[in-house]
Amino acid sequence: MITLDNIGYRVGKNWLARGVNLNINPGAFWALVGPNGAGKTTLLRLMSGELAPTEGEAQLGGKPVHAYPPKELARLRAYLQQKRDISFPFTSLEIALFGRAPHLNGAKETAADIETANDALRQVEAEPFAQRLYTTLSGGEASRVDIARVLAQTPELFLLDEPANHLDLRHQTLILSLCKKLAMQGKTIVAAIHDLNLAAMFADMLVVMKEGRVVDVGPPEYALTEASLTEVYDIPFEVLQHPNGYPWVMPRVSLTAAMPRPSCSGADCVGCWIGI
Amino acid sequence: MLQALLYQGDGYAALVYVRFPRVVLAAVVGALLAVSGTAMQGVFRNPLADPGLIGVTAGAGFGAALWIVLIGSGALEIWGTPAAAFVCGMAVVAAVWKAAETEGQSHIMTLLLAGIALNSVAGAGIGLMTFLADDEQLRSLTFWLLGGFGGATWTAALVALPAAAVGLFMLLRLAPQLNAFALGESDAYHLGVHVESLKRRAMVGAALSVGAAVSIAGGIGFVGLVVPHLLRLLGGADHRYVLPGSALGGASLLVLADLASRTVVLPAELPVGVVTSLFGGPFFLWLLIRYKRTLIAGTPYDNS
Repeated sequence: MITLDNIGYRVGKNWLARGVNLNINPGAFWALVGPNGAGKTTLLRLMSGELAPTEGEAQLGGKPVHAYPPKELARLRAYLQQKRDISFPFTSLEIALFGRAPHLNGAKETAADIETANDALRQVEAEPFAQRLYTTLSGGEASRVDIARVLAQTPELFLLDEPANHLDLRHQTLILSLCKKLAMQGKTIVAAIHDLNLAAMFADMLVVMKEGRVVDVGPPEYALTEASLTEVYDIPFEVLQHPNGYPWVMPRVSLTAAMPRPSCSGADCVGCWIGI
Repeated sequence: MLQALLYQGDGYAALVYVRFPRVVLAAVVGALLAVSGTAMQGVFRNPLADPGLIGVTAGAGFGAALWIVLIGSGALEIWGTPAAAFVCGMAVVAAVWKAAETEGQSHIMTLLLAGIALNSVAGAGIGLMTFLADDEQLRSLTFWLLGGFGGATWTAALVALPAAAVGLFMLLRLAPQLNAFALGESDAYHLGVHVESLKRRAMVGAALSVGAAVSIAGGIGFVGLVVPHLLRLLGGADHRYVLPGSALGGASLLVLADLASRTVVLPAELPVGVVTSLFGGPFFLWLLIRYKRTLIAGTPYDNS
């Protein structure tokens, strides 16, 4: 579905991503994991065509992403942003309907478009506030409406930047299960996910990133090892087994005061307190 | 009125040559300002944006001031002021755009700041012209800047109407893209909108529209800022409704304001810019108070 060929993106002297090679087949759910600033969002934006690569290329369906006209591209891939900010009084349903924009022929949505948007709202359990103003929703409710918009776009490739952000546990599970289901129906999902355990439970493949580079690619049980996680996150990790067979990871910290490190200046340093 | 039409006497002349152009031009100017206001609020993604933000109003004011003070009356008087206003308005917008553009991309925040900078330069230019003007020039400059349709004739309108038509046509076609743009530049791109082209078309359309409006009627405030809000309060934010709605709303508002301006203090005439603000301000405040509970509760307009 999407192929990254030695792709890199630079701002000034900083490479936000570099030397990334990925070949993502249709019908798979891939999760990008890694610490803040690892380049997950940059990679997603390179895949979506929003950023033009400094070097290398992203190909969608065998054709460079930049060769597509914007509207055609929008029928093939959708993107969920981390940040949102809307100042006009649109209802949730109107926001979800924006997902139909690349499919419209005339100016007006048809009954089928409205049904698609309503169905998308139902899938994320956002139907009860379909008629409410988006600007008055809670963070998690607004996130679900955003996801509904992406679903209503009915693309082949979903690029999701932290889809589980702001959501309660029920809806985190719901949304990631939905991603899994879409992948089983042949769609392609690439999502940046901070919660390693959620990623391990639902994703087929994990891409572990650090400082703009891909450190590891593989199924969860391969990618999430104590050694690699400790190295990537710079904090000791414990890897257990979830009752259902997934790797189950957590940082290993002790809240008993450790010795201040020679390199540390302050006595109040939290890092010293938990011994990392 | 019917009698006047039938007998073609003095009444007929007053109706066709004096009243008619006024009403038509007031409607056109109202539509231009309100639609530009909607488009600018959409592009800046800020409900406080106003068509003057990109410098066209101040630039046109400076152009008019230049003409009135430095060139003054002559054979070209009725053409000169609007033409100078239009040209200077366009020049200032072009400068704002140039300042905000890097490598074919424009940054909305830079556009806003460049607009503020050039607005203040043009404002200083107007100040300078006011300082240089003699008493009579000062009077006509002040009246021009306050805005009004006192001098509106078919001839004067000919300068501006082609630009107005092109500008209005460009802006009215932007509705679906402006909807996607409300989500942000990046989301608009992901929904298939050609973002740079949208910004460029909105700027050019608004510049032509406002330039035309200002050269017909001088600086009329309030319409461009408030009409879009009025429509959003009444029927939601969908630009496919707000844009054409603004055209009708702005036209109606300004025709009424012009009616008030020439009847309230008969036989004298109030500047229409004063009327729009004087009556429009409290009216808008009333709407806000009336609907604020609805807005806060988050229930939509139609089933509240």
